[in-house]
Amino acid sequence: MEALAMGDYGPYVWTCFALTGLVLVICDWRARSRQRQVYRDIEVRVRALEEGE
Amino acid sequence: MWTFFHKLASPPHFYRLAPQIVPWLAVPGLLCIAYGTYAGLFVAPPDYQQGDAFRIIYVHVPAAYLSMLAYMVMAISAAIGLIWRMKLAHAVAASAAPLGAWFTFLALATGSIWGRPMWGTWWEWGDPRLMSELLMLFLYFGYMALRAAIDDTVKADKASAVLAIVGAVNVPIIHFSVEWWSSLHQGPTLIRAGGPAIDAAMLYPLLAMILGFSLLFGALLLRRVRSEVLYRERRKRWVRDMILAAGGRA
Amino acid sequence: MSERETSLPDLLPGAYALVRRDLRVAWKRPGDVFNPLIFFAMVATLFPLATGPSPEQLAFSGPGVVWVAALLAMLLSLNGLFWSDFEDGSLEQLLVSPLPLPALALAKTIAHWLLSGLPLVIVSPAIAMTYRLPGAVIGVLMLTLMLGTLSLSLLGAIGAALTVGLPRGAALLSLVILPLAMPLLVFGARTVSFVAAGDSYAAGVYFLAAYAVLGLSLAPFATAAALRISNE
Repeated sequence: MEALAMGDYGPYVWTCFALTGLVLVICDWRARSRQRQVYRDIEVRVRALEEGE
Repeated sequence: MWTFFHKLASPPHFYRLAPQIVPWLAVPGLLCIAYGTYAGLFVAPPDYQQGDAFRIIYVHVPAAYLSMLAYMVMAISAAIGLIWRMKLAHAVAASAAPLGAWFTFLALATGSIWGRPMWGTWWEWGDPRLMSELLMLFLYFGYMALRAAIDDTVKADKASAVLAIVGAVNVPIIHFSVEWWSSLHQGPTLIRAGGPAIDAAMLYPLLAMILGFSLLFGALLLRRVRSEVLYRERRKRWVRDMILAAGGRA
Repeated sequence: MSERETSLPDLLPGAYALVRRDLRVAWKRPGDVFNPLIFFAMVATLFPLATGPSPEQLAFSGPGVVWVAALLAMLLSLNGLFWSDFEDGSLEQLLVSPLPLPALALAKTIAHWLLSGLPLVIVSPAIAMTYRLPGAVIGVLMLTLMLGTLSLSLLGAIGAALTVGLPRGAALLSLVILPLAMPLLVFGARTVSFVAAGDSYAAGVYFLAAYAVLGLSLAPFATAAALRISNE
């Protein structure tokens, strides 16, 4: 419990670390979803071209 | 060795190799951060002046360091792309910018939160680091805005490269001027320079965090560059062949 | 890179001709010069309106206000630096000219400073007096503005070259140039405040002079590169 309190500065310290974790997760998630998005868009177009031929 | 780099610069090879390199960066990076977080929060002794609040240093400083590293990566790869006309270099520059902006935001947010118990306000115009980070954020926004405003990718690459290089030349000037300006009235700063030599127990977790952040940045950057390359090459034959061969796996 | 050989005697008349041409054009369109000046005066008027006309406050904030107003007026005029040439095709002419493009870019920049920066310097004492700044302070203000507006023209030319012809290029130009211009504002305005408080103006003026020299030597090349890129 004392560790959590951080000498009354607990909320500040933990918010900062949580925020950091959040930002890293967001960056990771955005990298993944961007990759998925790009791949899917190209896939759709390639398949359309294949069928067209 | 040289052929390795030469191959790496070719988009299809890069696309294939990048996911193999990413774990070598991400896993050590996460381990460094895990150690740094644990040691920084629980092992390092409290600061004699700031108590436990100083622990925010373990996320604030790495974020600030990364915000500048990312800018340098952006500017250098933009310069390489401009001078040697390497498409991959431009993709790296484009991918580094949003990451750098996120780290800059993080540095500002953690700096602001750190400042609240220290100064009593959420923002202190006199703190040189906060001001420098704010200006870095503006530089990132300017770069990304310029890129977004130009439709043609090649033109956007070159124009934003000039801006990145001009910005990089100005970054030391900006830091110097902010330092000078904030030293004028001896305002409160988050991190006191010239204080007692930093305790080893305090230093190692910080170095670990900086290293960990850098490695994660590398991993995130590689993944973004990979998507960027795929997007830029979307009409090429190799992409088409790869997608047909993969038959539907992401 | 082509192998055009232009010796210095050929270069100077060409660059000079470009400066004269811009000055002549501005003579026919005085609005281009006066509008930023009026804008300068209007911005300087905004502050007392917003914060009250108390003399101590005015004298205290005077250097900063004048400098910010000058910065904003310069941004306003930088938009037009390459715009009219872009519109009527003379920009293309510059690009294919046998004279080195950085020299031409510098010529245009100098012309811009003569038309936009120098008038601000000349008008600034009038504004400064309304802010109750004493005479010696006004002198330093003019000096810092002279160096600062020169640097702004040089730096801003790069931004103008990058954004010429882009949609909403004006807003983009400001966004791109302002962070880079902040050191100028810091040293320019604060140095004047120092002098008002009795300190020396040396540090600030040296910085501004150094920045101007840096700009004079590097900015034309960046501007030239940016012009080529924008007009491919």
